[in-house]
Amino acid sequence: MSRKELISKVGLRLDGRRADELRRIRCKLGVFSEPDGSAYIEQGLTKVLAAVYGPHQVRGNRLKAQADAVIINCQFSMAVFSTSERKKRPRGDRKSTELSLHLRQALIAAIEVEKYPWSQIDVYVEVLHADGGIFPACVNAATLALIDAGIPIKEYVCACTASIANNNQAMVDISHEEEILGGPTLTIVALPMSEKIVLMEMSQRFHLDHLKSVLEKALEGCKNTKNILDQAVQNHIVDVGASTGWASTGEKVKR
Amino acid sequence: MHTTKIFIKKNKIGNYLKHAREHYIRDDIYCGFESCDKCTRATSNLSSKHVNKCNLLKNNHYLILDTNVILDQIDVLDENVIGNVIILNTVLKEVKHRNMPIYKRLISIIENPSRHFYIFVNDFNKGTYLKQELTELINDYNDRCIRKACSWYIEHIPDETFVLLTEDKNNRAIAQQEDIPAYSIVEYVQNLTANENLIDKLAKKEFQEKFNAADIFPPHLTIVEIDKGIKDGRLHQGTFRASRDNFLEGSVNIQSFEEDVILRGYSNLNRVIDGDVVAIEVFQKDQWVSPSELVLEDDTVNALDDNLERKELEISKQRTSKKNIKPTGRVVGIIKRKWRQYCGILQEGSAAVYHLFLPADRKIPKIRIETRQAETLKTQKIIVAIDSWPRNSRYPNGHFVRALGKIGDMKTENEVILLEHDVPHSQFSEEVLSCLPKLPWLITEEDEKVRVDLRGIDICSVDPPGCTDIDDALHCRPISDDKLEVGVHIADVSHFIRPYTALDTEAASRSTTVYLVNKRIDMVPDLLSSNLCSLRGGEERFAFSCIWEMDHNANILNTKFHKSIIKSKRAMTYEEAQLTIDDKTQTGSLAESLRNLNKLAKFLKKRRMDNGALVLASPEVKIMMDSETHDPIDVEVKKLFETNSMVEEFMLLANISVAEKILNDFPDCAVLRRHPEPPALNLEPLVKAGKHLGFEINIESGKKLAESLDQATRDDNPYLNTMLRILATRCMLQAVYFASGTFQKHEFFHYGLAVPLYTHFTSPIRRYADILVHRLLAVSCGADATYPDLMEKKKTAELCQNMNYRHRMAQYAGRASVALNTHLFFRGKIQDEKGYILYVRKNALQVLIPKYGLESTLYLGKKDEKLDIFTYNEEDQTQRCADVVFHAFDPVTIRLSMDSKNIQHEKFVLQLVFPVIEGFSVPPLEDVEMPEPEIPHKKRKK
Repeated sequence: MSRKELISKVGLRLDGRRADELRRIRCKLGVFSEPDGSAYIEQGLTKVLAAVYGPHQVRGNRLKAQADAVIINCQFSMAVFSTSERKKRPRGDRKSTELSLHLRQALIAAIEVEKYPWSQIDVYVEVLHADGGIFPACVNAATLALIDAGIPIKEYVCACTASIANNNQAMVDISHEEEILGGPTLTIVALPMSEKIVLMEMSQRFHLDHLKSVLEKALEGCKNTKNILDQAVQNHIVDVGASTGWASTGEKVKR
Repeated sequence: MHTTKIFIKKNKIGNYLKHAREHYIRDDIYCGFESCDKCTRATSNLSSKHVNKCNLLKNNHYLILDTNVILDQIDVLDENVIGNVIILNTVLKEVKHRNMPIYKRLISIIENPSRHFYIFVNDFNKGTYLKQELTELINDYNDRCIRKACSWYIEHIPDETFVLLTEDKNNRAIAQQEDIPAYSIVEYVQNLTANENLIDKLAKKEFQEKFNAADIFPPHLTIVEIDKGIKDGRLHQGTFRASRDNFLEGSVNIQSFEEDVILRGYSNLNRVIDGDVVAIEVFQKDQWVSPSELVLEDDTVNALDDNLERKELEISKQRTSKKNIKPTGRVVGIIKRKWRQYCGILQEGSAAVYHLFLPADRKIPKIRIETRQAETLKTQKIIVAIDSWPRNSRYPNGHFVRALGKIGDMKTENEVILLEHDVPHSQFSEEVLSCLPKLPWLITEEDEKVRVDLRGIDICSVDPPGCTDIDDALHCRPISDDKLEVGVHIADVSHFIRPYTALDTEAASRSTTVYLVNKRIDMVPDLLSSNLCSLRGGEERFAFSCIWEMDHNANILNTKFHKSIIKSKRAMTYEEAQLTIDDKTQTGSLAESLRNLNKLAKFLKKRRMDNGALVLASPEVKIMMDSETHDPIDVEVKKLFETNSMVEEFMLLANISVAEKILNDFPDCAVLRRHPEPPALNLEPLVKAGKHLGFEINIESGKKLAESLDQATRDDNPYLNTMLRILATRCMLQAVYFASGTFQKHEFFHYGLAVPLYTHFTSPIRRYADILVHRLLAVSCGADATYPDLMEKKKTAELCQNMNYRHRMAQYAGRASVALNTHLFFRGKIQDEKGYILYVRKNALQVLIPKYGLESTLYLGKKDEKLDIFTYNEEDQTQRCADVVFHAFDPVTIRLSMDSKNIQHEKFVLQLVFPVIEGFSVPPLEDVEMPEPEIPHKKRKK
């Protein structure tokens, strides 16, 4: 497929990771005070901000309101400076509309929608820096922001990418460099605890022989991401709790 | 588990862009030593058992190499003496970036466990990673990384000694300051205890004795200057092709010129070697010259003689006829060297350690090498690599790589042919052989379930005598009054060769079986090619069948493909089959089906011809070998029977049917074969030759060309038509394999066969393309599953490229082998033979001797002086002497003998016998034998 070896003779990828290693994930909850919930996530060099407003009354067209479920409104956007080439990225272009829809689909699966009839939740995600795996980072950030907003979710919803290197090895969490050089990329959004797949997208066709191993890798990536997010949420609760006096003992909360 | 650092890189893609990449630095990278208890274990080939002995160091040591050592001295590294080498990832990456072939050789050394090489990933290791400074050049940075890795190793394993080998003086000096033992490779090899002949293999950049010789070549421009020049349009880029006959001339094909640009003379050629990509400057029109028709050879013997005036004069003496001038230019810089290893012999006559090496390929200049084993090497064919060509040296400098064997030995000569044509010919590895089925091989019930049982049908195969890799068989039976069932059964090789096995990789790399006169280099191991896949008579075999229902006029009513089990009733030769058809007393079902097939084939052939298929010709001969001594005992033109054409027709039909089927099912990745229409320029020689003889050759389309070729006959010269067809063959382009997704639909056309779609399906034992086609077809008819690479357009295109290359090389190798054996046959013989003039040249006639398929030059006069008795007429391409006029295609009788003075390039010497020209021709030999030459018809592309 590609000329360049994505995994070297000694089993390292271009940036020094092994095939089954995620990039470094750093995240923070409650980065803004205005929204009801917010989060910031870094996956490698990909950086995403997410903000959640609601649940609140349905704004705009009241007819959209549903009697049995909350309306989830998602908006994806990319900063002008997010890629190496500066480019105006108008809202509502094809790519961002598509990603907004996907994000909405992913979140509906996790949020307990029936709890808030006649209301609406707004989720805004903004990519500050794009270095591969934009969509998974958005999903992960949105999950954290929802948790920060205190909206009940069934479980963590996590996303991850995987691809195939040197035509036979599955690798997880694809960077921008690998995206360009490599073959098809598989993106999945999953509920890692119940091992349900919410959304799956392929950038190109996979051969059936490869799909299974790549899918497994991506699922594994989702599970690992979930553990990292979970840790971050716990730390956040300890921090918040400590400052409000809930956990005056200062001990780490253990689940 | 790992820490992160981010570094920022500036990249140029049209405009400056800032790229950020991550770089993970790890603490789990293994140093490669078994004795180490600090590292996470992984596999390593380093071994304490291997000992490097060098007088520079007291004890055993481990080597760390700099990039320049690997790039320049890969031949030394190939030797088993050197082991326990640590290759740093920094170095490996740089080697890969700089030179891909050397990188591949290095990888194969590293992968060989007995060589004890180990890759240490220094750039991702916590202890050895260094950040590149802002103003630091990449080379300095790499050197610093290498030194850092050395000192890390010294600290990490204090018990062992580590030595840095580098050619870079500065790097060596800094390393020694940092207490790293550092030597140059020359120093090291000279002091090796077991250096044997390793010194000879050292590449030499400079011959020291001649250090102060004057420069004789103009300097090359730098890359930057070349780039600028090309952008300005002052310079042009192209690939240099040396002339076969004249060592001071060559041509470069550049895009902006219709014609090739001629380069002539030492300083204009400026150290260029055949195949190099060069930058050239084209002269003003008044300095343009016409291609010289002189034949010049470099006859210097002394390795240290740098005088090149003499020959230069000779070539400039030649007056240029103003008419035929072509763009002329000179080389100003080399963009990419295409140096490889060359086979050849040492030239005698040089004393001391410097010798001249004569490459077997005439297009390559002599190479100066240094060797102390000249006495033994004199009788051997050897391989030499070029290292450099400094401005003050007349010859490129090189070094000895290895010896092949005695000169003149059949085995050595075959080896030379195979090496020169890049034919992979090593024994099949254990890994490959382990993919073969175990004997005894039996057909199981499961096989019977998935295959159509055709064992009851009378199938037979028709092949040349002595053929052991039978890949096709045929049958024909009536199924109703007006319908016939015709089947072509092809050996089911893809059943045995499964994708992603070592066997498959090997077959893909070889791509084709290569036939030399006395040797066959198989694409797949013998067990498959001559046994399990070969459709031998009376044995049950797996086949892939293509079955048609036809009416008696050979119109196809229905086509189907399936895998089957067949039992060939008989393996026949063409001659046997012909006899069976002709012998009216034979009325068995086999004879009947052959007769039916023959009848249908005639319809098919006629239809093909009507569509405008070309009948081309090339002189093709078979060499009869003495079965015991393996010396050629006779050369004869291949015999052709009607049955040859019968089998050919059905193979063509099967190929066409399969091509349609797979293209329909796999529009993107079907393997097809196309034959592009030759551009009018290519066909010009043919049209001209026709015109001189008074024939109009119409080249508008293939059909028109075929028609005009058919009409161009003359009763007094029956061979004339064949000659024209031979010329036509030489004007054609190569037919090539391609993946259907990489070309436009109208480009799929096969010009020679005049069919819109064509592929190769019928010889999977000896061609890899057929195996791919089999796999595709198997998927089409539900007999097999796909695999990822089969569906990948790019992968298929890559395979096609390799197949085309190997295919071409196999043809050249086959021809070279025939030429070699013809030479052997003629050694010491003198014969008068009938021949035909193919081309008329300024100082020579090109003569074709059909009996031996030989083409050679009859010089009109001595090598240097031209006889005045001939007058050359450029207009009608004739040579006249008194009342004898030589036209192209005229029959002549010539005397053939061998000139064996030059043991590497034995030449035929031709002398004219008839027509008689006073003072030039020779009287006929007493035992004049003048048999009518037979006319070969077999189509073959050049």
